Amino acid sequence: MDWIVYALDYLLGVPILGWGTMVGFIWKALLLLVSLLLFTAYILLADRKIWAAVQIRRGPNVVGAFGLLQSFADLLKFALKEPVIPAGADKAVFLLAPLVTVLLALSAWAVVPVSEGWALADINVGILYIFAISSLSVYGVIMGGWSSNSKYPFLGALRSAAQMVSYEVSIGFVIVTVLLCVGSLNLTDIVIAQQEMGLAHMLGVPWLSFLNWFWLPLFPMFIVFFISALAETNRPPFDLPEAESELVAGFMVEYGSTPYMMFMLGEYVSIILMCGLTTILFLGGWDAPIDLPPFTWIPGVVWFVIKLCAAFFMFALVKAVVPRYRYDQLMRLGWKVFLPLSLFMVVAVAFVLQLTGWGWHGGM
Amino acid sequence: MNELLSNYLPILIFVGLSGVIGLALLVAPFLIAVKRPDPEKVSAFECGFEAFEDARMKFDVRFYLVAILFIIFDLEVAFLFPWAVAFGELGWFGFTSMMIFLGVLTIGFIYEWRKGALEWD
Repeated sequence: MDWIVYALDYLLGVPILGWGTMVGFIWKALLLLVSLLLFTAYILLADRKIWAAVQIRRGPNVVGAFGLLQSFADLLKFALKEPVIPAGADKAVFLLAPLVTVLLALSAWAVVPVSEGWALADINVGILYIFAISSLSVYGVIMGGWSSNSKYPFLGALRSAAQMVSYEVSIGFVIVTVLLCVGSLNLTDIVIAQQEMGLAHMLGVPWLSFLNWFWLPLFPMFIVFFISALAETNRPPFDLPEAESELVAGFMVEYGSTPYMMFMLGEYVSIILMCGLTTILFLGGWDAPIDLPPFTWIPGVVWFVIKLCAAFFMFALVKAVVPRYRYDQLMRLGWKVFLPLSLFMVVAVAFVLQLTGWGWHGGM
Repeated sequence: MNELLSNYLPILIFVGLSGVIGLALLVAPFLIAVKRPDPEKVSAFECGFEAFEDARMKFDVRFYLVAILFIIFDLEVAFLFPWAVAFGELGWFGFTSMMIFLGVLTIGFIYEWRKGALEWD
């Protein structure tokens, strides 16, 4: 049996990195996971509150002061509901689908730097990792819709899959335009590039760092990314997979209890991820908007969360005020507007960079 | 090896921990909630009657077409990633070669468009 112990030791990296490092990793991972889940609980509440405020309602206000404990009460309620598995369903896949959704949504967060050096794993292919993981998230939807063996989930899953892959393409092109300017796949490098070069440096006012960030030079891409992120996470106005007037609840029709909650959790965690990506790619990550004392006293992680919440506020506002798209309009927007536009922008950005020699080139 | 491990091991640990949390959430109602299944409750959701046929029916070929188009364009994006990272060192040669590649792809895209592969009526 010794060889199993050795193999485990080797796989877990204990002999190479030592116990101290390993325990450190585990604590950091736990800290990130717990804070992420707590943050999601309050983002969910904020979403409902903002939605309610737009419609001049109060929103959840009974559980805890101002409804602050609403999400936890919901968790308890979901856990106490009867888990129904349809008779015709493919049981293993049916239960695996929500697990896959949650796992993929959470695991993308392992590489996101919330402040300088504050990433769980600051790998040098960070953005590629996130792109890969978010491409996989369509599996949860397909598995859930197919295994339910019911008509509404089946149609919902088809729609959802087609929608998610359509907008994945334009997100990819938007990321390429940012990479052209940065010259590195590392998320920390992307933020540092926005600190060290940009419009404010060119104008000779380097303390106006919000002018440095990529939202200004890559402005159309910022908008394309935001709208594609809405579509990618199945948020209104692109929530066609769960268009309740047509498909009841899309691929989630047959789900109840915590499996249903896990789909919602996965959805919200990916929404927060998309807000975080907007922050990192276009809004300068943890960088203070004005590089002068009262602003620089605030730690970077606070700036990151403020920007993330601002991006989420836009997500929530869009949900509240924009009517739902029709499916053909959605596909038209994705393939005939965003794809040519972002493809053109890749060419244009590359041409300008090549002509002028601008760009950060990985700090070289 | 050491650096590789300390870079990627935290991801593995994080994924493992999220798997544990996800599994705990999934199993919880099966342990603590009441379970009283009956034939009506476990039947597929439809408008009040028995399902006529298997739900896995024929579907529109355009979904398939979208998947094919996605593969082409997503591969292209994956191909652009390393080019974009090395862009500063490639010079005009790298720029022109990629523009020719993108040009070929754009011609294909225009063909698809004219053929009506992107129409949803």
